[in-house]
Amino acid sequence: MQSLVIVAHGSHLNPESAVPTHTHANTIRNTGVFEEVRTGFWKEEPSLREVLRTARGDDIYVVPLFISEGYFTEQVIPRELRLEGWDRELWDSDGISADTATLLASDIDTEVHYCGPVGTHEAMTDVLIRRAVSVTGDDELGEGFGFAVVGHGTERNENSAKAIEYHTERIRKTGRFDEVKALFMDEKPEVDDITAQFESRDIIVVPLFIADGFHTQEDIPEDMGLTEDYQNGYAVPATVEGHRIWYGGAVGTEALTAEVILERAADAGADIGDATAQMRQQTAPTTSTVGE
Amino acid sequence: MPGIGLSLSETQLAAFKQTLTEEQIDHDGLVAEYDADDQRYHVSTPAQQTRLAADELDTVDDEQAAYITNWYFYTQQVETDLKRAFCRWLEQAAERPVPDRYAALASGIKREWGQLSITTTVSTDGTRRYEVRHTEDRDLEAAQLTTYTDPFAAREIGTLDAAGRYRPLRTAPSLKSGWIFSDLSADEMYDTLETFYPATVVNWYREQRGDLDIDHWRDEQDRQSGIYNLITVLPDEAVEWAAAACCEDSQCLKRREWQLSEDEPLAAEGGDGVFPCRGPCSMVVAAGREWAKLERETTRTYEFELTPSEKQQLEAIIDAVADGELETIREADLDNGANRYRVRYLREKRVDNHGNLSGTPTHLPEDDHN
Repeated sequence: MQSLVIVAHGSHLNPESAVPTHTHANTIRNTGVFEEVRTGFWKEEPSLREVLRTARGDDIYVVPLFISEGYFTEQVIPRELRLEGWDRELWDSDGISADTATLLASDIDTEVHYCGPVGTHEAMTDVLIRRAVSVTGDDELGEGFGFAVVGHGTERNENSAKAIEYHTERIRKTGRFDEVKALFMDEKPEVDDITAQFESRDIIVVPLFIADGFHTQEDIPEDMGLTEDYQNGYAVPATVEGHRIWYGGAVGTEALTAEVILERAADAGADIGDATAQMRQQTAPTTSTVGE
Repeated sequence: MPGIGLSLSETQLAAFKQTLTEEQIDHDGLVAEYDADDQRYHVSTPAQQTRLAADELDTVDDEQAAYITNWYFYTQQVETDLKRAFCRWLEQAAERPVPDRYAALASGIKREWGQLSITTTVSTDGTRRYEVRHTEDRDLEAAQLTTYTDPFAAREIGTLDAAGRYRPLRTAPSLKSGWIFSDLSADEMYDTLETFYPATVVNWYREQRGDLDIDHWRDEQDRQSGIYNLITVLPDEAVEWAAAACCEDSQCLKRREWQLSEDEPLAAEGGDGVFPCRGPCSMVVAAGREWAKLERETTRTYEFELTPSEKQQLEAIIDAVADGELETIREADLDNGANRYRVRYLREKRVDNHGNLSGTPTHLPEDDHN
């Protein structure tokens, strides 16, 4: 039987952190393509250390619900899952191309397929665009709109910026939006300067983050000038220096992210049947966004 | 077995016969085999032995029907050894032969798992059904509780405590009450427990089999990287204090089995919980990192002006916070040193405008600190 194990960061302080993980797990569970869908966390329970023993499949796909390759996907997760013989070279990645590696998990004495992170999969580009549709409520949008993909930056991990640039370029290539740019919290071009970065009057802003939290709900809205104090909320769109800013919050909360998790497992050999087709129909644009 | 009125279904009889064409059954007091020579089924249970033709199998009495339906449930309806072991624990199978068990199951057998009360019942075909509710709600009518059917709804119930605070530790004894999962199958019951208290059943099962892998504190220290490397410098006596602070039953319902190392037991109480804790959790590691930072400071001598009662009051405040009793101190209970008015009074009297107790600065002028 096939088991899917979604691993994520979680939080001791913010109950919202794990919500996308559980929501997407439920969506995938409902498709029935995996006999079992389990979740494990660095900061919550079951821990990464114990999650594999909660799975009973003989064909186990582990998908990290993380934005980029780096410390967690390359060190913490393989170590805590006890993936014997793990080496980042097995992914043979340039920082955004990790796909899958099959390793023995000594905790359960079973081979598991350890997949690359959700955030660097090409299908994540579609989720970013879907988020733009969600936040504007307009299926046809594009013309007249700028699109900013926001990331943390390279402070801790250079691959984090690579993932942002990758999706920015892919969105640009669709030709759907007038301008597409990557903006960062801790390096240039900075999200604070958003209005100077775009000529378009309307700008979609979607942070490439898994969950809403301190950065996406407090820092970014305040940095862009959507609000003086995040606790007072902000309008969508909010007018800042003559631009209308459509802020979408963390892309990972978009329902379609579940499809990217499935794609990761499928790339590693999982039989996902028609689940993505089912999901395209079931995952309507996520209309409630942060700040509303 | 009053009240059950057992009957063997066509499906059960077919499975029973099919199994016996392949092998003997020896399960939980039932021994059965098919004698191809005389085309009879030999069914042996503690009270009797019968020899029956295929078309007579549905005539077995309640005692034998109980054993056969019990075999059917545990071998055909429960999927894994883990779930079988847990379902058997829930109905105290080791202590009760099948007829006694069925009699008890008629009115329900209750077991507690942390703050969960699980009741197992049996239907007339031997299928077990499960009900899960909070131990505090054990005497309430189901109609007084909010009913849930999706096992994964347990996650949301367990996310916030009754006061709306986030519960990062799922096994903290702060699960809110007022809900019920009724009429669950064995699989649904298992998923419900797995969602309330992740990995507790599987770790309990590993312990039952004698192969629970324990990560002691030193193993945990050795494994850390990044910011948690810092726990390597936490002094051993601080690990003792940390375990006493975080892991006793008032804080977490798991029974702490990890020690400093396999050969260096901790003196702190590990708790009496039914399910084991096999290693320092992420909360303990994160707290350990904080304490490692704090323990780098050395002590120094301060001079404070306090009355004896004020000293005792400070101690009462520490107790009240540590034991989580602040919410229970009555507004006008001025005898209690941790009463809000008493504490506000102390602050007015003994804490200066810079927040210094007794006006005594925390840092000396020669310190580098600001």
